[in-house]
Amino acid sequence: MTDAPLRGAAGDTSAAPTRRQAYEARLKRRSNMIAAGSTIAVVLAVVVLVPLAPGWEAVQRSFFNGEVFAATFPGLLNAFMLDVAIFLWCAPAIAILGLLIALCRDVRAPALFPLRMFGALYTDIFRGLPVILVIYLVGFGVPGLGLPRPWNSPYIWGSLALILVYAAYVAEVIRSGIDSIHQSQRSAAASLGLSEADTMRFVVLPQAIRNVAPANMNLFIALQKDVALLSFIGPVEIFRQAGVYKSLMANFTPYVGAALIFLAITIPATRYADYLLHKQRRRQR
Amino acid sequence: MRGKLELTNVWKSFGDHQVCRGVDLSVGAGQMVCLIGASGSGKSTLLRCMNLLEPIDEGTIHLDGQDISEPGLDAQPIRTRIGIVFQSYNLFPHMTAAQNVMLAPRRVRGKTPAELAAPVQALFARFGLADRMDHYPDQLSGGQQQRVAIIRALAMSPEIMLFDEITSALDPELVGEVLDVLRQLRHEGMTMVLATHEMSFARELADTVCFLDGGRIIEQGPPEAIFAAPREARTRAFLERVL
Ligand SMILES: Nc1ncnc2c1ncn2[C@@H]1O[C@H](COP(=O)(O)OP(=O)(O)O)[C@@H](O)[C@H]1O
Ligand SMILES: [Mg+2]
Repeated sequence: MTDAPLRGAAGDTSAAPTRRQAYEARLKRRSNMIAAGSTIAVVLAVVVLVPLAPGWEAVQRSFFNGEVFAATFPGLLNAFMLDVAIFLWCAPAIAILGLLIALCRDVRAPALFPLRMFGALYTDIFRGLPVILVIYLVGFGVPGLGLPRPWNSPYIWGSLALILVYAAYVAEVIRSGIDSIHQSQRSAAASLGLSEADTMRFVVLPQAIRNVAPANMNLFIALQKDVALLSFIGPVEIFRQAGVYKSLMANFTPYVGAALIFLAITIPATRYADYLLHKQRRRQR
Repeated sequence: MRGKLELTNVWKSFGDHQVCRGVDLSVGAGQMVCLIGASGSGKSTLLRCMNLLEPIDEGTIHLDGQDISEPGLDAQPIRTRIGIVFQSYNLFPHMTAAQNVMLAPRRVRGKTPAELAAPVQALFARFGLADRMDHYPDQLSGGQQQRVAIIRALAMSPEIMLFDEITSALDPELVGEVLDVLRQLRHEGMTMVLATHEMSFARELADTVCFLDGGRIIEQGPPEAIFAAPREARTRAFLERVL
């Protein structure tokens, strides 16, 4: 009897579980069992029922062909390096341009109004167009001017198209981050005599960029996928390479291989972005 | 005699809402002036006007005889001479306490971290926070955060300090440590203007207490007069409610 109040004390985990803890453990076991049961049921249904479909054998031959997979996978992986390379040189340019556009939209001095208008126009235009359209217009349009080599390369102009479009999205995300910083932070900085530029650089931007890091990460994951769109104007990256293999072997398995390679990058990255977001929500409570 | 900070007929409105309606106030060098009044009476706005965070519509504010309310005047150098501490601390959450304090001296005064190390260390030590310099704001208690905010303002060596209900957001047991800092500054001769709900503190230390109501100072005088024998009915009603 005398130890009753002690048992409920917070942090006392070494003692026997309290009634509430036991109840919660029971509930948790129960929901785990239900989740496991329903997962097994679904997997079984897919494994048993799908092969019963009349076209299954044909689909298996042309999409899940082990030999074709083994023969083309190394080549696909190699081609994917081009996707990664394009991503790697676009990403920093996008980050810088996006930041500049976001800052353009935040300027207050009346003399800089044209800059503000340019920022708004820019984001409206490039967020309003399908990516593939911009790639076609820039990627075919500019080299069509008859520029000398290497200035007619689709790598340059295709990359530029991606940079232009994604910078618009990144700018919007950063701007929303800037808006999310409370006015009192600017007041505090101003009261110390900091200039507006210093307030932005040392007080507002570092917080804003950290707040929107998960959103920006999602954009960069989308960028890695959209690099495949450049295949339409020339570069033999993974999607185009898969197409070449498909024609060569009259089999769709290379596309499945390409899909797996994309997922190997994008799923962990997406999970990581979600984790960041979750961590941030918990911090802000 | 002219005061260090002199407000004459100050008017300020937000849209149609008149928040300051002809305020006259004189703060002498080394004096401590307390603004009291119900919430919404315009105390915060008046303080924000004093260090030019808000432009005033009418009237003048003089600092050492210079008209600092002149439209178009560069507010930045003036603000470095008048520090302000807010109710909600407003520390920069992505910087350590020491970085919070050093930012303005570095950027505005062009000091190097090496030059600042000793004086900043001394400031933290003076207010009992020497072991908290490298903590981030969310690792500090409310009272500690507020003391860092005071240190941050003091690091610019202001001639006047403004305090806007700096203990209102604190748990009761933390109020004392912050009031002690104010007491310390008072004894060092800092010129201060406080908006406060701490009546006994105002009574103990203020030279002048001003009662604000509806954007006007309707009564001011030494604390003994205001607290013991208020002349205005509204002052009396307010004090009855809060004491
Ligand atoms: N930036 C602002 N915009 C519009 N109204 C404001 C603003 N700041 C204060 N006010 C209004 O001014 C009045 C006085 O506010 P304030 O100066 O904060 O009073 P106090 O500090 O005495 O509580 C309030 O009615 C408040 O709503
Ligand atoms: Mg207030």
